[in-house]
Amino acid sequence: MDKEQNNVLLEVEDLHVSFATPVGQVNAVNGISYTLHRHEVMGIVGESGSGKTVEALTIMGLLGTNATVDSGSIRFDGQELLEKSEKDYVTFRGKEVGMIFQNPMTSLNPVYTIGRQLTEALTVHDKGITKKQAQARAIEMLTHVGITQPEKRMKQYPFELSGGMRQRVMIAMGIICHPKLLIADEPTTALDVTIQAQILDLIKKVQQETGMAVIFITHNLGVVADICDSVTVMYAGHIVEQGSARDIFYHTKHPYTQGLLRSTPSIDPDNNERLIPIPGEPVNLLALPDGCPFARRCTQCMEKCLAEKPPKTEFSPGHIAYCWLYGEGKEDGTHG
Amino acid sequence: MANSKKQHRTVARGALRRFLHNRMAVVGLVIFLCIVALTVYAVFAVDFESTTAIDPPNRLQPPSAAHWFGTDEMGRDIFARILYGARYTLSISFAATLVAVVIGGIFGAAAGYVGGQVDTLIMSVMDVFMCLPSMLLAIAIVVALGNSVGNLIWAIGVSNIPKFARIVRSSVLSVRNTEYVQAAQVIGTPVIRIIFGHILRNCLGPVIVQATLIFAMAILSVSSLSFLGLGISSPTPEWGNMLSSARANMRNHAYMVIAPGMAILLSIFSLNLLGDGLRDAIDPKMEL
Amino acid sequence: MGKYIIKRLISLFFVILGVVFIIYLIFYLLPGDVTQFILGVNYTPEGAARLREELGLNRPFIVQFFGYIGNLLHGDFGVSYLSGAPVSLQLFARFPRTLLLVACSMALCVAISVPMGVYCAVHPKSILSDLMQFLCSVGIAMPSFWLALLLMLLFSVRLEWLPALGSVSLKGIILPCVTLCASFLASTMRMMRSSMLETLNQDYIRTARAKGVGRRGVIYRHALKNSLLPVVTMVGMNVGTQMGGSILTESVFSYQGIGLMLMDSIFSRDIPSVLGCIVLMALSIGVVNLLVDILMLYIDPRIKASITKGA
Repeated sequence: MDKEQNNVLLEVEDLHVSFATPVGQVNAVNGISYTLHRHEVMGIVGESGSGKTVEALTIMGLLGTNATVDSGSIRFDGQELLEKSEKDYVTFRGKEVGMIFQNPMTSLNPVYTIGRQLTEALTVHDKGITKKQAQARAIEMLTHVGITQPEKRMKQYPFELSGGMRQRVMIAMGIICHPKLLIADEPTTALDVTIQAQILDLIKKVQQETGMAVIFITHNLGVVADICDSVTVMYAGHIVEQGSARDIFYHTKHPYTQGLLRSTPSIDPDNNERLIPIPGEPVNLLALPDGCPFARRCTQCMEKCLAEKPPKTEFSPGHIAYCWLYGEGKEDGTHG
Repeated sequence: MANSKKQHRTVARGALRRFLHNRMAVVGLVIFLCIVALTVYAVFAVDFESTTAIDPPNRLQPPSAAHWFGTDEMGRDIFARILYGARYTLSISFAATLVAVVIGGIFGAAAGYVGGQVDTLIMSVMDVFMCLPSMLLAIAIVVALGNSVGNLIWAIGVSNIPKFARIVRSSVLSVRNTEYVQAAQVIGTPVIRIIFGHILRNCLGPVIVQATLIFAMAILSVSSLSFLGLGISSPTPEWGNMLSSARANMRNHAYMVIAPGMAILLSIFSLNLLGDGLRDAIDPKMEL
Repeated sequence: MGKYIIKRLISLFFVILGVVFIIYLIFYLLPGDVTQFILGVNYTPEGAARLREELGLNRPFIVQFFGYIGNLLHGDFGVSYLSGAPVSLQLFARFPRTLLLVACSMALCVAISVPMGVYCAVHPKSILSDLMQFLCSVGIAMPSFWLALLLMLLFSVRLEWLPALGSVSLKGIILPCVTLCASFLASTMRMMRSSMLETLNQDYIRTARAKGVGRRGVIYRHALKNSLLPVVTMVGMNVGTQMGGSILTESVFSYQGIGLMLMDSIFSRDIPSVLGCIVLMALSIGVVNLLVDILMLYIDPRIKASITKGA
């Protein structure tokens, strides 16, 4: 038990986040819980507006001023993150958790050189480091992420680099302080398909070498299959299904996950199955329905689904889904 | 066509709603309407003679019930003079704005629509004009043409042409490159109809906004030039020349300086609020 | 780089040429006989004819114009009708004072408006930033000559701290400088504020925060430099308007710069001096704009790259 506890890196419990907007309160994250172990690669999958990015930004303490964490807890390596002040967070970000973003074209400061932005990530956390040491580390990191001529790149500005290269720089910046966790928020979405594969391989390689945990946020299940140990599927700020990659792909339970799988193009050339889109439109986050958030788009929707929140069903250790298809009448270990 | 008209109407209604929601813009509109109403009232109610007639026994009276803003060095009621001055300042500024809008609009539209060499030629002439501060250009024109109401209008109007030409040109360019104008061209709608039917209607928003702001600037220019002695000169009441003549007695009669300045400030202030409000209402993201 | 500057210098030359042409044309068309002003009570038709010949006023416009340009290139602005002395003498004696005034007012403007703009952007909900923004709306609408009179009333008449008119001492520059600065303060601060707000919403600001840069570092290291770019451009463009504004300010305070010289020359119909003042103003505006563009190259590496690629 103790060992198990020690092995847990991040524990999110019943997290609720909402935004105040002119049209009303947008409920972006509605009670999600999960556990991430050390060295684990977890994929968070969901369509736009499913709350996956908001959830990541909450961990980083980077939510905008119009956002509030309504309830819940986030424990990282034994410390409660939601109790941290902004001042404490400054020493936490980048050092304990690194983050890379969706659009590498706009994520680097255009008026500073790559070198300066990389070394800054070091110097803000280690005041004692000399300029020379920081430079050497930065060059080492650039080499590590597969950038050729790192000395030259150090002196270049972001606009002189291609999108793929910039994302490599972002990765180097994210891991330069050896964080225990790297959050990658759709790191390949804005890139060309060929570059996407390279960046994925790079993240996989870096993860294996350093052994850090990774939260990989994406809307693409295909990407998840490639690198993730476990997968969390989110819809409208709720978790709908959670499990190992194997569970999710081969023992799919939730209709939404099934829909996602059917609408994801397969890389397998022999697979000639048609892609089937999920009907309907994403749920309105201003006014969440009483029942299952996915009910109105679900092909197997029952009356109960519209009225009550679905219960949690555990199929095998770690593989859970929130759906009335399984909860009803069946034995349920945790929930009533 | 009917569809686009309808769409246009909804856009206009949305803009109106946004405008009315903007408290500062409505304040600006109300202040400006009050100024205009007072000016019109003055035309009928205030005896023009009294504003220019000299009344030495009553000279340099501080503000009182009889003379709200006091009297000047000739014994003329400052309040009446300000009301009458408004007529000059506002109408000259309005006419100057019109000159800038029409001429600048034509140049800008021509440059933007025709493009190529015409564009290059017009815009380089405008660049040369832009290199001269509009104040300097207005002074040069007034000096060359001589002091008169008409010349003042031309001087201020012409000095604001380049700003206008630029704005109209860029909005024409942005509209010109949209798909629906290209589509209209493809189906063979005559060029002139495209200009009036599509482009002008779409430019209208930015043009009105800019005209409001230039109107405010024209008020400043009229009073500045008159203050310098290059615009409307005494005894005709005008805010700028009232300030200029108030200077002599400023040391002991500070009130003479306050009222005309407040009149200029309020007019420009209200027009700026109005212009900013219109801009936000028409296109929240538009940069000017 | 060098190529770019040379290109800009050449275009500056043609712009100045255009400016001189326009101004020269306006004054060529000036109604009334110049000789009457110069000769005054000594006016005789023969004397006038002789004077016209002497001043070269009988030549066709184009000849006169290129003659003037040729002289300009040698630093010769012609001879003042009023004093008979070379215009350049007075011009160069007065110009540094205007330059000093404009430079001081710009420095003051930037020194006040940039921190204010940053404050308003960083504390959008504070009462102080609401107040500052309201004052800005009023400031933009404030006619500078009125402000000048009010400042004079307060500081020279009531408090007697500062000289009101025509002082050549260092103290004499304070009020003109504040007046000139005030009209630009508001617009610069607004620009700084909106630019800062926009920058703070950029992705790279989030990146900086994600790597652990503190609040001050984010604002002053990452956001400030980026948000200054449009402000620098605007301040550069304001130099022209400031030069124009200096005419009013110098007139109100009898500050002995070229703005005042221009007004004096206008009232005395001293055309060569008027022309000289306007040409010198246009020239300095052109040069400052060029300097600002070169400065931008050093602030924003993207512009530099686009130029070296383009040239």
